[in-house]
Amino acid sequence: MTNHWVDIRNANLILSMGGNSAEAHPVGFRWVTEAIEHNKAELITIDPRFTRTSAVAQDRAFIRTGSDIAFLGGLISYLIETDQIQREYVLNYTDAALIVRDGYGFEEGLFSGYDEATRSYDKQSWMYEKGDDGFVRRDDSLSDPRCVYQLLRGHYARYTPDMVSSISGIPVADIQRIWKKIAAMAVPDKTMTILYALGWTQHSIGSQIIRAAAMVQLLLGNMGMPGGGVNALRGHSNIQGLTDLGLLSQLLPGYMTLANAKEQGYRAYIDKRTKQPTVAGQVSYWKNYEKFHVSLMKAWYGQAATADNDWCFDWLPKLERPLYDILDTFERMSKGELTGYFCQGFNPLASFPDRAKITRALSSLKYLVVMDPLNTETSEFWKSYGEYNDVDPSQIDTEVFRLPTCCFAEDDGSIVNSARWLQWHWAAAPPPGESRPDTRIMGELFLRLKQLYQTEGGVFPEPILNLTWDYKIPHEPKSEELAREFNGYALEDLTDAQGQVVRRAGEQLSGFGELTADGKTTAGCWIFTGCWTEAGNQMARRDNADPYGTGNTLGWAWAWPANRRVLYNRASADVQGRPWGANKAFVWWSAAQGRWIGADVPDFPPTSAPSEGQMPFIMQPEGVGHLFAGQSMVDGPFPEHYEPFESPVPQNLLHPGKPKVRNNPAARIFDEDRAALGTPEEYPHAATTYRLTEHFHYWTKHARLNAIVQPQQFVEIGEKLAEEIGVAAGDWVKVSSKRGFIKAVAVVTKRLKPMTVGDRQVHHVGIPLHWGFTGVAKKGYLVNALTPFVGDANTQTPEYKSFTVRVEKA
Amino acid sequence: MINSQNIIARSATTTPPPQARSHVEEVAKLIDVSKCIGCKACQVACMEWNDLRDEVGECHGTYDNPTDLTAESWTVMRFSEHETADGNLEWLIRKDGCMHCAEPGCLTACPAPGAIVQYANGIVDFDSNHCIGCGYCITGCPFDIPRISPKDSKSYKCTLCSDRVNAGMEPACVKTCPTNCIEFGTKADMLDRAAKRVGDLKALGFRDAGIYDPAGVGGTHVMYVLHHANDPNRYSGLPKDPRISPLVGAWKGVTKPIMAAIIGITAFAGVIHYVTKGPKEEPEESADADPTALGYDATRRRDDADDRPHGGDR
Repeated sequence: MTNHWVDIRNANLILSMGGNSAEAHPVGFRWVTEAIEHNKAELITIDPRFTRTSAVAQDRAFIRTGSDIAFLGGLISYLIETDQIQREYVLNYTDAALIVRDGYGFEEGLFSGYDEATRSYDKQSWMYEKGDDGFVRRDDSLSDPRCVYQLLRGHYARYTPDMVSSISGIPVADIQRIWKKIAAMAVPDKTMTILYALGWTQHSIGSQIIRAAAMVQLLLGNMGMPGGGVNALRGHSNIQGLTDLGLLSQLLPGYMTLANAKEQGYRAYIDKRTKQPTVAGQVSYWKNYEKFHVSLMKAWYGQAATADNDWCFDWLPKLERPLYDILDTFERMSKGELTGYFCQGFNPLASFPDRAKITRALSSLKYLVVMDPLNTETSEFWKSYGEYNDVDPSQIDTEVFRLPTCCFAEDDGSIVNSARWLQWHWAAAPPPGESRPDTRIMGELFLRLKQLYQTEGGVFPEPILNLTWDYKIPHEPKSEELAREFNGYALEDLTDAQGQVVRRAGEQLSGFGELTADGKTTAGCWIFTGCWTEAGNQMARRDNADPYGTGNTLGWAWAWPANRRVLYNRASADVQGRPWGANKAFVWWSAAQGRWIGADVPDFPPTSAPSEGQMPFIMQPEGVGHLFAGQSMVDGPFPEHYEPFESPVPQNLLHPGKPKVRNNPAARIFDEDRAALGTPEEYPHAATTYRLTEHFHYWTKHARLNAIVQPQQFVEIGEKLAEEIGVAAGDWVKVSSKRGFIKAVAVVTKRLKPMTVGDRQVHHVGIPLHWGFTGVAKKGYLVNALTPFVGDANTQTPEYKSFTVRVEKA
Repeated sequence: MINSQNIIARSATTTPPPQARSHVEEVAKLIDVSKCIGCKACQVACMEWNDLRDEVGECHGTYDNPTDLTAESWTVMRFSEHETADGNLEWLIRKDGCMHCAEPGCLTACPAPGAIVQYANGIVDFDSNHCIGCGYCITGCPFDIPRISPKDSKSYKCTLCSDRVNAGMEPACVKTCPTNCIEFGTKADMLDRAAKRVGDLKALGFRDAGIYDPAGVGGTHVMYVLHHANDPNRYSGLPKDPRISPLVGAWKGVTKPIMAAIIGITAFAGVIHYVTKGPKEEPEESADADPTALGYDATRRRDDADDRPHGGDR
């Protein structure tokens, strides 16, 4: 979330799209109901279904799964053409006025620089044009045909209401009514918040859908504002912490990136990531990259990391492929390229797409280690459960080891919520049986590996032998020790510009502003610096004082970065530093105090006066929000609608007759998986998978209470489709894709209606995902038997939300 | 049985209720249907607090599960899809359970002395130790709430967490509700709160929004805010004008001697059961629940319920 849960109550309009906020986040949804009752906010849901969120919404539209960019792109065009943008904000706080290089273009559904052989773009032309002074050129009149504003306008001119309706299945009247309500948020003293979840991420165009939402919010002047922002409601309680700590294959902690195989030199690696301002005088905070990086290497390798050995840069792995994501890993596993697999807190057989392929892949392993509190399907992938898991154990040689872990309530530690709050929690009960904290298992594993390297040597032992491991009980690192390590401390006395000592050696750092690039500081995760200072564990704070009445409780737990609760909050004030509206006052410039003050920790240099001209988006080299994503996306600087890889619509209605741009041309798909995609003729029904309130993923079917309130697998189909296939509520149906099938009870509902898309009628099938062949709920079929093995072009998040099936009476 | 000094009515009992206490305010639970997302957290909280675990059932083609109230499911969410005249769809989700009527039909109907009591705060509670499993409470209930357990042939329903309320806490469902759609307080405060919400809904265009606190049962201590108070039936069959069944009134006249005989037979059967199967292990609180400890003559049935401060079939 750019904002936070409580802040939702400050919104005037709540757009719940790409998620079913009441269903999946009922506790956080409290703040939506608060906004509706006490702020007279309106809630709008846009979803293929009439959902639990729709049940309490004031307005709603029903969209074909996977067509969100069409709706949002049309909205962008509407806002521009009707001049309903927050003009002062757009001109000053976005890149609307910046000039884009000659050579950038968009033709035949492709952006400039496309290479069909590698299905990737050369992004050289997707850049701003620089003037003679080395800084980006701009046109404040916004009339230059090469300025971002005009390119944006041109790009989305194709997204007319009729076109949007034709692609999305939403009637034109509904589209126009909702666009009008959203456009009303362009005034300075009103904000819309956007709540989304996996309904946007799990598409082959997922990252671009979210970007389109961010662009809308920039045009409306809603970023950095209380009650505004683009708010990801995360799918697991600590998944924010996972990404923060860099547990993705291409990341280092704190969103630093691993070098690729071509980047063998330290200096070039650092220089590429050290972003200098491209507009004069801007902050460009990533210019400090080296401080974060060196502090990380000092945390990991201590005295072994020196300037002379480039802080052990050679010990870091270098990526020889763009990502080692799950799709790539299981593709290679299925080809017999992996010997063993450690599966920690993950249930791939149930959670990853194309279950048949996952079974093949796991069957090719020599060994599989499962670390989990529960008896997962993955740990029994080799065992026959009849039609629920139809395998022949005699044909599977994989040896499976189960290491029971404790669950979150049986261990101390912090959980990072969607709002970036690190909240400390304490064990409520001792772990049962022989289960142990993950850190204990990892600790023992590490020490044994280290011992093997010590006694037997190895090809490349240094990164293991030199890793800092100074925990009091070496085989059992404690959460407190790890948290202090993430925060970091001074290795030597730190001095200010006058030579005064400001931090003694050995003291915990108070913030990442103290980090240095000369090896005097450590930080295991620079964005967490400040979470455990000399004042103690900031994550354990429980003061919910709210002095400004904005719902911003700076004394409750601790949020990264620097305890800021709303990112880019400098943008909540105008260029002169005054709040955009009295009711939206949040962070503002105090001339008397010579600093930024207000309800939040300013996301800005605290004494940078408005007259200095620094702009609010301090992480960007230009200081402004990007309507044009020059370098951050692999599949285009502007979001473009492409069909899901499996779609009930045979062509991209924006690009009829051009099969190469029916789907995202920069999304990776393996040949074998492309062959396993169905056609609309064979599989005519649009399918989408999701969670229900009563369950959490594949965990709670192991809990009796959850099983009681939602005991058995079902799929949702509309009354019309039910009539067509001769099914009544409670009957069994078989749902098939080209990759597999499931059988489930039919919930026949008025909440799913057929949609008119192009020249055809499209039925949706809703497929809740919670059941499997282990646990106390009724046994069910793993729904990922159905889903395709293709992911988002940027993140490789699988396209669980849009694929096609055929439904028939079982 | 706790809170015994606050009992104002007791099934099949003539002994006057205790009078010494005063200042007991009537309480109410307010369920704002317009804010309910049907998450069933209340169902789970109810099961957890009351140590109930119903069977793991099946899906019958709806979101409702368990599909009906049982002796081990004292509250369930009922989902109803309603298409309005102008073609708009409403998904109306109602938390069903005991309404805690001011004039409880179950209590009036119950022939087992002390099996059903009403507290001064309005809560209608079952003291299952005294329940004889006759099912008259079900006949007496205009909302079809009590359920007889096949395990012990006793009747069960929501207690409005009388144990929690007695200790100054809100019911478990109220505590857990994430959207604050269930609130709890004095009946007067809840009526104020409900009136405010009705105003909000009217401002949103729900002309028929209103409070469900039906007069036919003397008002209830569980109330709803409905967007369509003119048509409560739309909410999975919530009765528009609930009244105690005339059968319940009848039993006090013609059927009374018959019922007295049945009670006698039941008592006799109990003796036979004791002789043949031996004594039943009593729960720990049985001493408190012993009617003689409260000064009641448990074998006597009250002749006239009209002297009760609340309740009865006035």
